[in-house]
Amino acid sequence: MTRQNVSRLTPYMFIAPAALVMILALFYPIGYMMWGSFRDWDPSQSISETEFVGMQNYVRLWMDAQFWESFSVTLIFAFTVVAVEMFLGVGLALLLDRNIRGMSVLRTLFILPMMIAPVVVGLVWRYMYHQTYGTFNRFLEAIGLEGVDWLGQNPLLSVMIADIWQWTPFIFILSLAALQSLPRSALEAARIDGATTWQQIIHIKLPLMAPVLIVTMLLRLIDAFKVLEVILVLTGGGPGLSTEILALRIARTAREFRELGEAAAMSNYLLVLLMVLTLGMFAFTRWQEARARRLKFAAEEEG
Amino acid sequence: MADTNYERQNPAFYALIALLVFMSIGPVLLLLINSLKLDVDITSGAGGLLFMPTIRNYETALCDILWYEPEHLRFCTIRFGGAFVNSLIIALISTALTLIFGCMAAYALVRFKFMGRDSLSLSTLAVRMIPPAVLLVPVFGLWNNSFCLDNDYGVGAWIRDTFGGRGDVCLAGTHSGIILVYVAMNLPFVIWILQSFIVQVPKSLEEAARVDGAGPFQVFFLVVLPLIKPGLAAASIFTFRIAWNEYLLASALADRDTMTVPILIVNNASEFDGLGTILATGMLLAIPPILFTLFASRQIITGMTAGAVKG
Repeated sequence: MTRQNVSRLTPYMFIAPAALVMILALFYPIGYMMWGSFRDWDPSQSISETEFVGMQNYVRLWMDAQFWESFSVTLIFAFTVVAVEMFLGVGLALLLDRNIRGMSVLRTLFILPMMIAPVVVGLVWRYMYHQTYGTFNRFLEAIGLEGVDWLGQNPLLSVMIADIWQWTPFIFILSLAALQSLPRSALEAARIDGATTWQQIIHIKLPLMAPVLIVTMLLRLIDAFKVLEVILVLTGGGPGLSTEILALRIARTAREFRELGEAAAMSNYLLVLLMVLTLGMFAFTRWQEARARRLKFAAEEEG
Repeated sequence: MADTNYERQNPAFYALIALLVFMSIGPVLLLLINSLKLDVDITSGAGGLLFMPTIRNYETALCDILWYEPEHLRFCTIRFGGAFVNSLIIALISTALTLIFGCMAAYALVRFKFMGRDSLSLSTLAVRMIPPAVLLVPVFGLWNNSFCLDNDYGVGAWIRDTFGGRGDVCLAGTHSGIILVYVAMNLPFVIWILQSFIVQVPKSLEEAARVDGAGPFQVFFLVVLPLIKPGLAAASIFTFRIAWNEYLLASALADRDTMTVPILIVNNASEFDGLGTILATGMLLAIPPILFTLFASRQIITGMTAGAVKG
């Protein structure tokens, strides 16, 4: 009797510590935030002292042009960065998928940028972008061109370049792993049939890599919405609102404007956006799997 | 050509590789070189690679834990040493806790069938997408109010009994407060990665151990854990990296005494004097992740690919 009870409880005992921590410091805070987003909430108050204001925070944000500005900056940043990184990362993987000496050393050097703290990345890039003594302008001047006011005139572009520098290797490594686990037989067959390199890439390699690429893109997209420190150190969101992504705006609303309720409402908007994206991706992969299965089934019927 | 031979490539290919390597490690080298220069040399750009390296910036940064007083300094303004110790404590403890809790949970999710398993594994996946910025408001609010030690009921009391404090009233401003958020934040990721490693452990091994009379916990700690060492290594590097590098939540929770290095850097990055010093602190912050990369790159890559390819 007791022995059976113990064995039935075992999985819960294994789960308990993780579940407890996550409920306490992840799910409860999220619920708390949702509750707080309906309140007029100042950082010095505890939440029970705050006033219930209904949808006011949400409506105010909906009407707020600055919020929409941040919203669109966030979307532009995330999608551009991920698109460029996918293009470069997959392209480099296709190019470097050869049997060369020292590939592991190369991969080690390539993952270096992602391991370094975003704060430090921001620091280095801010130095390199500096108008008078920055590396880029010094280089431009050395070859006789005019220096560019990187962070003043092209802030969003500059921030994107830094992010692309840091995260293209992630996609590169994952697509390289996917490429190297492709079935050799399919590639061999194509080569024997006389497919050109491009045909091999477009008709065989890319379709076979697709599942991994989609997951990679999803992961990267989710992470692109988490970027904050690099931008904070590089531009601080400015000039104006040109690089103020939502995460940064949430932090500013909470800290500088001391509007916790509004920041909570903004966090909820961001969560909903991410939820839609994630669910969309899930639905897409499901649909694709279903389609692949149908095609396979049809092929078997014919055969 | 046989697979064991390396293919010869044309020179343009090697040039491309050289360019890529230069691009990826260039900024890091720049950081290292400039942190060894005097401020004057950094801004004037004189000398380029030819300069007298000086450790003065590092002396300034580490002035509060040096055993001697650097002669160029009159006051020790930056308290980098203390922040470094804080960062170490927080990152190491949170990594250890995340790994212990995470591998137990991952094991249960893979091996046992029980009520609520599917929803649990789905929710761990879902919370991966939560940005730290979203946690900022509630964590700030809760850690300062509801999770305070003078609460004699509910969660507050439980926290007080379990984690304790350093005489502070609230969880905010303590190491435990920051560690708690980091553990919670990293758990979903660790569970996800470790699942893909635990699946590969042959079930027959566990059954053999059970036949020999081992309990579920013995099976887990003595049979399964040794087999998933590579997974544990990968997961611990990733967790450590996030806890070590994180800025936002730490900045909301830490006070003067529990400040971590990223906060120190952001706070001092806007000051124009001491460019070299701030680059030196940046370099010091970057050293542990760089060491991990150089010595454990295979584990890192395994972890990355396990997370995406098999997940």
